Formats: sequence, structure tokens, C-alpha cells
Amino acid sequence: MGGLGTLLAGRLAWLSIAQNEKYQLESESNRVNLSLIPPRRGWILDRNGAPMASNRADFRVDVVPDRMTDPQATVARLGAILSIAPDALADVQKRVAAAKGPQPVEVATGLDYEQFAAVSVRLPDMHGVIPQRGFSRFYPTGPSVGHLIGYVGPASAEEYAKDKNPLLVTPGYKIGKDGLEKQFEQRLRGTPGARRVEVTASGRIVRELETREDVQGRPIQLTIDGPLQDYAARRIGLESGSVVMLDCDTGEILCMASMPSFDPNSFSSGIGSVEYAMLRDDERVPLRNKILKGLYPPGSTVKPMVSMAFLKEGLDPKATVFCGGGLRVGNRVFRCWKRGGHGTVDMAKGIYQSCDVYFYHFAQSVGMDPIAAMARRCGMGETFDLPVASQFFGTVPDPAWKLKKYGQPWATFDTVNATIGQGYMLSNPLQLAVMAARLASGRHVEPRLVRAAKRPPFAAADFSPEHVSFVRAAMSDVVNGPGTAGRARLPVPKVLMAGKTGTAQVVGLNFSDGKSGPWKYRDHGLFIFFAPFDRPRYAGAVVIEHGGGSGAAYPIARDVMTFLFDPGKAMDALRGFEQSWGGTAQQRLAAKYAAYASAAGIDARPLPRSEADIFARVDAEARLQANLTERQGDRAFDPRPEANPVSTGPVPGAAGPASTPSVSSSPIAGDSAAGEPP
Amino acid sequence: MSIVPTPIARQPWRMLIPLIGLVVFGSLVLYSAGAGDWNRYASSHLIRFGVFLTMAIVMTRFGRDLVRFAAYPGYAAVLVLLIAVDAIGFVGGGAQRWLDLGFMQLQPSELMKPAIVLVLARFYGDLPFGMIPTWRALLPAGMLIAAPMALVLLQPDLGTALAIGFGAVTVMFLAGLPLSWFIGAGAAAALIAPLAFFFGLHDYQRRRVFTFLDPESDPLGDGYHITQSKIAIGSGGLFGKGFGEGTQSHLAYLPEPHTDFVFATMAEEWGFAGGLFVLFVFAMILSWGLSVARRSTDRFAKLLAAGMTATIFFYVAINLMMVMGLAPVVGIPLPFLSHGGSSMMTNMICIGTLMMIDRWNRRAPRGSLSG
Repeated sequence: MGGLGTLLAGRLAWLSIAQNEKYQLESESNRVNLSLIPPRRGWILDRNGAPMASNRADFRVDVVPDRMTDPQATVARLGAILSIAPDALADVQKRVAAAKGPQPVEVATGLDYEQFAAVSVRLPDMHGVIPQRGFSRFYPTGPSVGHLIGYVGPASAEEYAKDKNPLLVTPGYKIGKDGLEKQFEQRLRGTPGARRVEVTASGRIVRELETREDVQGRPIQLTIDGPLQDYAARRIGLESGSVVMLDCDTGEILCMASMPSFDPNSFSSGIGSVEYAMLRDDERVPLRNKILKGLYPPGSTVKPMVSMAFLKEGLDPKATVFCGGGLRVGNRVFRCWKRGGHGTVDMAKGIYQSCDVYFYHFAQSVGMDPIAAMARRCGMGETFDLPVASQFFGTVPDPAWKLKKYGQPWATFDTVNATIGQGYMLSNPLQLAVMAARLASGRHVEPRLVRAAKRPPFAAADFSPEHVSFVRAAMSDVVNGPGTAGRARLPVPKVLMAGKTGTAQVVGLNFSDGKSGPWKYRDHGLFIFFAPFDRPRYAGAVVIEHGGGSGAAYPIARDVMTFLFDPGKAMDALRGFEQSWGGTAQQRLAAKYAAYASAAGIDARPLPRSEADIFARVDAEARLQANLTERQGDRAFDPRPEANPVSTGPVPGAAGPASTPSVSSSPIAGDSAAGEPP
Repeated sequence: MSIVPTPIARQPWRMLIPLIGLVVFGSLVLYSAGAGDWNRYASSHLIRFGVFLTMAIVMTRFGRDLVRFAAYPGYAAVLVLLIAVDAIGFVGGGAQRWLDLGFMQLQPSELMKPAIVLVLARFYGDLPFGMIPTWRALLPAGMLIAAPMALVLLQPDLGTALAIGFGAVTVMFLAGLPLSWFIGAGAAAALIAPLAFFFGLHDYQRRRVFTFLDPESDPLGDGYHITQSKIAIGSGGLFGKGFGEGTQSHLAYLPEPHTDFVFATMAEEWGFAGGLFVLFVFAMILSWGLSVARRSTDRFAKLLAAGMTATIFFYVAINLMMVMGLAPVVGIPLPFLSHGGSSMMTNMICIGTLMMIDRWNRRAPRGSLSG
């Protein structure tokens, strides 16, 4: 008996004296619950300091499935309390089932106080449910900035495995998932605050012990002009396309809008499966950033650049060629888009009337290498130093490239194709805008997206000033003279815009006339531009996928440029359009989603396993399409005769032998200039 | 001696003062465990102690013959109650242990602890000295033990069954049964234990044993009780966190802070010093119990006193070992500190019996026949 008493006393001493420190610590870690306060994310500002992405205070509810006794039942109960729509609740249930370890799952955000309180009072019998006051990311212009800024979302299991930061599994914390939000994640993140609270074993908070405020992430100021970005995105309207504009002096990107887009506000709580299905099924690929990942044959928009190459090689701009509607090269006849011919054409007319024969003729004497060098100097095929995840840089073909890639020697008709922006040539809209800026300014303009301290002006792009002013004048005539885009004239006094039209054919003539019929067989419309033409300040590019020709592109360029000089006039035009389109881009997207969701019911189509896959998939498809286009380069093509408004109808098989057997949906690039005569 | 009236002066103050001190201390601990609410546990604890102390004082008036006479009927009555529990008792906490008497809930297995000691003391007290090392000394006693243990195991309540067995075996040992029998039984138990462990125990009991062996393996599941109890005791330190400052108990990390784990609740707030005080008081009470047994004049009284002391000792030892992580979790409360009527009643019956024997000893001076 005494022995046992000694043993017990000894044990007591061991526990409470020898091991006291250890157990005191454990008791403290029981009692005190340290919870991180997610830091408010840094704002993303436009060039004038207006927020393009900010934070909105709201009430939210998260769950940690790991700590829940019956996750399915509890989430169902939350769904009833918060009256969550069945499809959204089904998505939450899926995410709860898939959650691993300490990962929180968001149930609802943007709750009002009553809902928040309704959950809070039921906490004692709902383990693992965390209602809190927090901030959610807010993008005021929604879809207009979707591709540019990206969106935020809860960290996935993979992301947590990579970066074991406990912040990533703090309920309510979101990381950048795409676009600038992802690129500047570390800068925007900030420092989490912490709250020490005394809790009971069942998790009820007894009192707060200490709170350290979070430190908001640092803001980023972009070069983007927020209102212009929104205007450009909305002006694209029902089309699928992109608008990029640069400041010619600084290279600052003023807008880069790619539409249709997604609403990053609704993406932030994870992509709903219905919404994902809607975006995925859309043939206009709203998930693809067309500015960086859309590759298009540049078509006639390369003609000013090719002219610059001719000038640099010493070609006299007064030298003329007679256009009779076509030119025989070897044993093939390459036709001009204008079947009737342009008559005598010099360089200026070649640009403003977009005469193909002029370029066919002189390209053969100058050769491909100077043209390819000039294309590269103008930014084609270039990857720019921008904070983006990836850029598709396209192709500037030359003899060495073709030999390496296809093992075939360069043929004369390859030069002929390339000089009018077809064949193997592919570029993205940003490259086109940079090309416009470099041609307009004569300087080596580098695009930038983040506002920084003043940098020295760009180096001259070794164009001689006379050549630059010649090209400017010819491009001004496209719009303001006897050119192909008379309707693009700015409705602003004393400001003249210069530009160049382009049309890229996607299927053979026997498939479609390029202007009507199934949407995806219609021609792409392109337009590069700058203004004012004599002292260029702004330059840009508009690409409208399957717009049926450049006629779809240059009115947009005109309105977007007008917005910079006279916003009121531009807005009036847009309001008129939006009335007939059925609202702003955001409104239309919401309406479309509502219609789609009610038609689809609760669609159980599975989401891709990770959110990164969603974009990887559309990227892959874009790459595939670009390859397909490039592979069709080894053909002669037949410019669209109907590009001229006074069309005479298609003349199938009238051109070289290579284009005749085109029966598949082979995207053959075709050039044309469209538009009414001024 | 002259100032204090004789009946009061004759009380065994050597035991009563520490006991009352312990109970008052216990009510303080329960006051804290009841979140500073005097009426939650503490007041009823004191009231029960008062009632059962009165009962114990009344018991001291019983004569030896009456107690001897009551041994077999009393045992039989408690056995009937045990059968009734298995038949009509209600289930609480996963086991069928209680009889609802309307005014209180009676746990007859608690009553069986003193009853088995009493009946065995009577049996061996009557048994002629020469017959002790024979089967006639073992078989009836074995049946007297087996019946209640089996009934209690059926409830199922391993802790109480072991307590009954422990009291009984102590009486048998002190009655002079050959040591070789106990060694043999021990050896047999060592053989049977693994079998019993895998086939005889309930899942939850098996788990408790595993958990005891490695509590940290499942700190949120079965190891939770032991882990939290050790944290409570260990975090108390030398002098504790202070009265009413125990976080483990107040924030509900410690399970059962007012019953089985009351020692942990106490040690968290009063530290090593409080724990030593409790151990010291138990040592005083138990040593007094042993001295009562030693001073007894006949075998019956001696066995009865020793058996009662052993019963209290078993409670104390198992509970303290459990809360300090030296024994598996078995639902055994700590005498005089844990809140609970049945355990208070059992322990006060033991105390009352000891006080009664103490009184017998005073009246008839120690004889020289029995050593």
C-alpha cells in the first residue's frame, strides 16, 4: 500500500514538475486557438489609379470537411439555411467530397448579416463550419477584364502541396489563379493577421485574447486605361475578337480586351459545373485569351511592313506595276482580290487599295529574307517581356525556317504568300499592335503592362524618317483617302487615324463565301491602326474572328480610338449598339448563364480535375488550330473576289493547282480588303 | 478529555478530521468544476456526505451479532438487486447499471462491494481454523464471489467487477488461505488473460487497453481521456493554476471533470501540492483502517475491517493510476472527491463499518487469541 502511494506520488511529481513545461504548452495549445486572418489582397489599379480589382467586405461561410462529422448532411443543412441554389449546392458537395486534409471549401460568400447570424447560432452542432467576416475580390467591370486580370480562387490540394504555407488552407483565403492575379500573387498577397482566441473543446470561442491586423498586399498599377478597356471589351459586342492599344511613346498597353470572356467575379468561388459547361461549349472560346493565344494569318495588315522592307531595300515608291487582276508566277496565276484589277499601282496605292499584284511583283525581286527581317523588327514572331503566363508567338517564315521545319526548299510562291500575310505566317493581335506602333513611331516600341517610373525613350527602329512618313501617309489614305476603310474615319475634328485592313480566309472557296454561312467558316477580320497619323500617339490592332472580313474590325477600331479623344461621342455609339445587342457584356453574360442553366437543368458534367486544366485545354486547342493553319501554308491561295462589295461571285478553281483540291475545311489564308468606297 | 463530552471524544478523529477536510476540499474542486456554481455539484456533494456520515455514525451503534446475522441476508438482497438491474434496470452510458428508485438512482453493484466483504468475513470467521487450507474453504467462497462478478460483468462494468473481486480476494488472503493458491491463481490468470482479452472483453474495453498502452496514437479518439487528463495534471505544476483557473476543465477538454477525472481537475488548479495533500489524506484514512483491523479481537471483525479498507484502497489506487496514465480507463470514481451518490454511499458504508469495528475494539480490549 505504501509502495503504491510512493509510486503515485512519484508519478504525480513526474507529471506536474518534471514534465510541467511540456504539459503547460499542450494545455495552452488546447486553450488558445490561433487563427490566421486572410490578408486583404492588393488592389490592381488602372493607369489613373482607379481599381480594376478591389476587395469588398462581406460575410462568408466555409467548411473544413476534415473536421466535420457528417459533411454531406451538414452542407445540405447549410444549403437550406442559406437557401443556396441546387446546382451550386451540388458543386459544393462535390468539392467537399474531393477535399483533402485541412483544405477549406467555400460554401457561400456575399451573405447578408441575417444569414451569417443564422449560421453562427447553429455552430455548436455543426462542426467544421466557419462563418466569418471577410473580403471577397471584386472586379467592377467583370468580363471586360477576365482575361487580362484573371481571377482568384481557393488554393487547390496541388498548390498547397507545393507551397506549404498555412495561409493557403485558411478559410476565406484565395490565391491568384490566372492572369495578373496569378503572376503577381506574391506581391498582392500581403501579410496575414492573426487572432488568438480562447476556445472550448467543442470549438466555441470564449473570448478574444489578442488580435494582430493583417497587412494588405501592395497594389499594382497597370498601364491599362480602365474605362478604355471596358469600352473596347463592350464594343466588340456579339463578335469574338480582341482589341489591343498601345501608347506609341511609352509602349504602355492601354487596353487588351479579349471577348467573349468570363466573369471573374463569379469564377472566384470556383467554377460552377453549369457555368463551365456553358463556357466550354461556346464555339467562341470565352476561356481563351485571344490576344496572347489567338494566332491568325495577319493578311493584308502586313503590307505596310512589307512596304517598309521594300523601301529599306531601296525600292522607289514611285515604281509601278500594272494590276490586271492577277500575276503569273511560274506556272501559276496569283490573283488580286480585285478581279477587275487596279490598273497602274505604285507603293502608296498598293497599300491603300491593298493591291495584291503590286506585292506579288516586287516581293519576288526583293526576296523573302529582307521581308522576314523586317517582320521580326516590327515584332512579328516576338515574345514580349510581359507579366503573363504564356504567349503564342506565331511564325515568321523564311527559307531557313522552312528547310528546317519541313525539309523543303523555299518556293517563290511561299514569298508571294508571305508578302500578303498568308501561307505560313501567323501572329497574335498584340504583335500586330506592336507592329502598328513601330511602323507609326519609327521606334522600337516595347509593350509594357505595369506602370513604372519613366524610362528612356525607345531606340529608333532604323527606319529612315522619310520612309516612316511615307508609310504613315499611305496608311492614312486607307482611311482618309481613296482606301479600303473609309468608314473608319474618326468622327473627331482634326484627328486623322491611319490604318490597314486585312482579311484572313479560314476555309476554301468551295466551302463558304467567307461572309455568310456557318460562323466558323467565315473570314477573320483584321485592322491595325494609329492616330493621329502625323504625330502618332496611340496604335493598336483589332482582330475579329470569323467576322466575315475587315469590315467587322475597323468600325470597332474607329470607336475605340474615338473614345480616347471624345468619350461622349463614343459612348453614344456604344449605347445604341448595346440596346440592340441586349445589354452590356456583363448583362448579356448573366442572361446567357440564366438561360443556359435553366435549359440544362442541373448538369452533372464533370469539371476538369484542376482549374489549371481548364485553360491548358483551350490553350492546347489554340495551338492545334495554329499548327493546322501553318500546315496549309504550302499552297497557293485564291484571294476572295467577293471581298469587294461589288462582288461578282465566287470563281472556284480559277487559281493555281494547289488550291483546287482543297476540299477539307483547310484554313487557307486569303487576303482581301473589304469595305465601301469612301 | 474533560471538556469534550465522551461520545464525541470517542469518535476516531484521527481519521474523521482528514476525511472531512478531504470532502470539503472536494466540494471546492467540484465548485470549480461546476463553473463556479455552488449548486451544480458542490452542495449536493456536501449534503450527501452529511447524510452518509450520519448513516455511518448510526452504523457504529450496531452490535457484532446483528452484523454477523445480517451478512448472508444482506448479500442475498444485493444479489437480487443485481439480478433486477440486469432484468429491468435502465441503460446509461452504454451500460445497464442503474435502478431507478424514484427518489434516487441506485447502482446495486456499488452496494455489492461492502456486501461481498461482509459475507466473506462472516464465512471465514465461522470457518474452523483447521479447514482453511481445504477445498471447503474455497468452493463456497468462490461461488459467493462468482455470482455477483458475473452479474456485474453482464452489465457490462469491468471496473466494478474487478473492485468486487479485489475486496473478496483481500479477505480470502487475510483469512489465511495458502499463498500457493494465490500464486497458482495468478499464474492461471496470466494464462487466461490473453484469451479473455481477445474473446471476453468488449470492443470498447479492448480499445481502452490499447489506448492505455499508447495514448498518443489516437489523441482525438480513444486516447483523448488519458491525454487530456495528463495535460491537466502536468500543466498544474507545483502549486497549480489557481482556484477556478483550470482551463482544461473549464473549457471542457477534460472529460468527466467532476466524476472520474476529478483528481485531474483538482491537480490542474492546486498542482503537485494539492495532489500530495489528497494522497496524504488517503494514506491517513487507509492506515487508520488497517490499524482498526489490526486491533480487532476476532477474525470476523479483522477480516471485515481489512476488506473494507481494501475496497477503499482499490478505488483510490485504480482511479489515481488511471488519471495519471498508469492504468487503462475504467470507470472508477475517486472516493470522497468524485461527485456521485452511489460511490459516496459505498465508501461511507466502508468508513461506517470501520468506525463500528473501532467501537467494538474499544469496548472489548484486544484479545490475545488472535494475532
